[in-house]
Amino acid sequence: MTASNAVEAVGLLKRYDQKVALAGVDLTVPTGSVTALLGPNGAGKTTAVRILTTLTSPDAGRATVAGFDIVEHGPEVRRRIGLAAQDATVDPLLTGVQNLVMIGELHQMSRADARARATELLHEFDLTDASNATAGSYSGGMRRRLDLAATLVARPEVLFLDEPTTGLDPRARNDLWEVLETLVGHGVSILLTTQYLEEADRLADDIVVVDHGRVIAHGDARSLKRQVGGDNIGVTVSRPDELATVGDLLSGVTGTTATIDRSARTATAPTVQGVVGLAEVANALSQAGIEVEDLSLRQPTLDEVFLTLTGAPAVTDAEKAPNKETVPS
Amino acid sequence: MTARASVDEPGLGTDRPTGPHPPRGVLHDIWVIARRGLIHMKRQPEQLSDATIQPIMFVVLFAYVFGGAIKVGGSGTAQQYREFLMGGIIAQTIVFSAFGVAMSIANDRKNQAVDRFRSLPIARGAVLGGHAVANLIKAALPIALMSITGYIVGWRIRGSALDTLAAYGLTFAFAFAMIWIGVLLGSVVKTPEGVTGIAFAALFPITFVASTFVPLNSMPSLLQTVAAWNPTTTLSDGLRGLFGNPTSVAQPDDPWPMHHPVAYTWIWVGLIVFLCAPLAVRAYQRSIEA
Repeated sequence: MTASNAVEAVGLLKRYDQKVALAGVDLTVPTGSVTALLGPNGAGKTTAVRILTTLTSPDAGRATVAGFDIVEHGPEVRRRIGLAAQDATVDPLLTGVQNLVMIGELHQMSRADARARATELLHEFDLTDASNATAGSYSGGMRRRLDLAATLVARPEVLFLDEPTTGLDPRARNDLWEVLETLVGHGVSILLTTQYLEEADRLADDIVVVDHGRVIAHGDARSLKRQVGGDNIGVTVSRPDELATVGDLLSGVTGTTATIDRSARTATAPTVQGVVGLAEVANALSQAGIEVEDLSLRQPTLDEVFLTLTGAPAVTDAEKAPNKETVPS
Repeated sequence: MTARASVDEPGLGTDRPTGPHPPRGVLHDIWVIARRGLIHMKRQPEQLSDATIQPIMFVVLFAYVFGGAIKVGGSGTAQQYREFLMGGIIAQTIVFSAFGVAMSIANDRKNQAVDRFRSLPIARGAVLGGHAVANLIKAALPIALMSITGYIVGWRIRGSALDTLAAYGLTFAFAFAMIWIGVLLGSVVKTPEGVTGIAFAALFPITFVASTFVPLNSMPSLLQTVAAWNPTTTLSDGLRGLFGNPTSVAQPDDPWPMHHPVAYTWIWVGLIVFLCAPLAVRAYQRSIEA
């Protein structure tokens, strides 16, 4: 029996002392799909994951995971989930194999099954050579891969990945994305949290944007990007006096208002047309005979998303330093 | 086992879920977690040395360095001190074992191992049970090594086989009780560093204001009274009595515990297990659910 939704949460509320971590969150992960919970530090992402994986109980609201109520049937939920917490929680003093075998045995597999499964997963995650080294000696990327392998030992129905690529260098992040995409192809339902729109866009079918414990937007990446004005086309010119012309030209193609930054000699405008829009701008620029230093199409950053959705920049706790300025648009 | 279809398509196996496995029981889970504790000991040089080199060194040092200076028993010879020493040094090791438990608990919380365990379908109490079993085994190792070293330096068991069994039984009962002190400490104190500080501030007086290494009559009278009621004293002397070794001789006006060290130590074991263990479990639950 498979539930039609891997995760179904309604009105999740959680307070820590006086601080509200979740202020009534609704969340659905359809079976076999990937949903990303996108938001800055302190938005309540980890709290949501902790509640859904039965590590802490909600003060109000209900949720089912793999068809089982998280409060009433915690043990049934735990038998069907895998959790990769924010900091990789592999045991640094155990070897790669020992880590996976232990998790398998605690998932009530026989020792032989757990060993076979560990060998298989270490191979998939490219850790065979390091399987008998202690996890403490692994690089950050290897630890993440081992952590991810650990969540898969018992073939879970639902995976929870809390910021799986935080702290990884770009190359390790790319490698991990490939691994995650493979998982998706195998039909596991996944709820992942992230601070990167790019990551959510690449991996998730649905994106739920959270801020201050509330859902402030949700939808697939395309509709969400439309909400925030899509990608940005940026044009950097050689001669500053042509900026105004370029701005008009950009506005003409995209149908949006271009922003001009004189010090950077750059004009920027949001577009929902993607590469097609970029090509049109390139055409128009060359017809007008304007000398261009740089032409780019890039996704809005999380800051820009938040600026659009909340009217305030995404301020993480770590960034709340008094001297840090946020650049006004 | 799932055969992989091709190399290009990594068979992560999740495409064919075999379904959850039925529970294998709390003892199975406890043993899996205990094994991890033993691997931890093996891989941490300082823990391994605490359990192996240190006990041997202590026996040898005390036997030869202090042995000649401290007079115990009828004749007050160095041989008599070596026999006196063993009960005390075993007691000290057991009391200090609380520190190891507290460190394991605090470290598990610090590196979030607790969260991983709690997201797994394991039996209730298996994590604490695993710590307890691992710690009893960790305590058994130094006790065995000290007993052997003691024998080499001249310690002899002069009591009956039954008394010897009672002595080691009391040792492990006390070790079991100390686990809960360790759990309480590791749960209440926030960091492993804090645990180290508090443990040493508390454990040194407890193990030294006692008849662990010296007879009580060598101390000032106030300390004598404190030491007489200290369970480390009665554990030390209880073991000495059962081994048939010299004890801190109980004067007629000594407090009750000195006259009944074994019974008094068992009362402590009972008190700790029945009063402190529930508190420790509750503190532990609270510390991991935050």
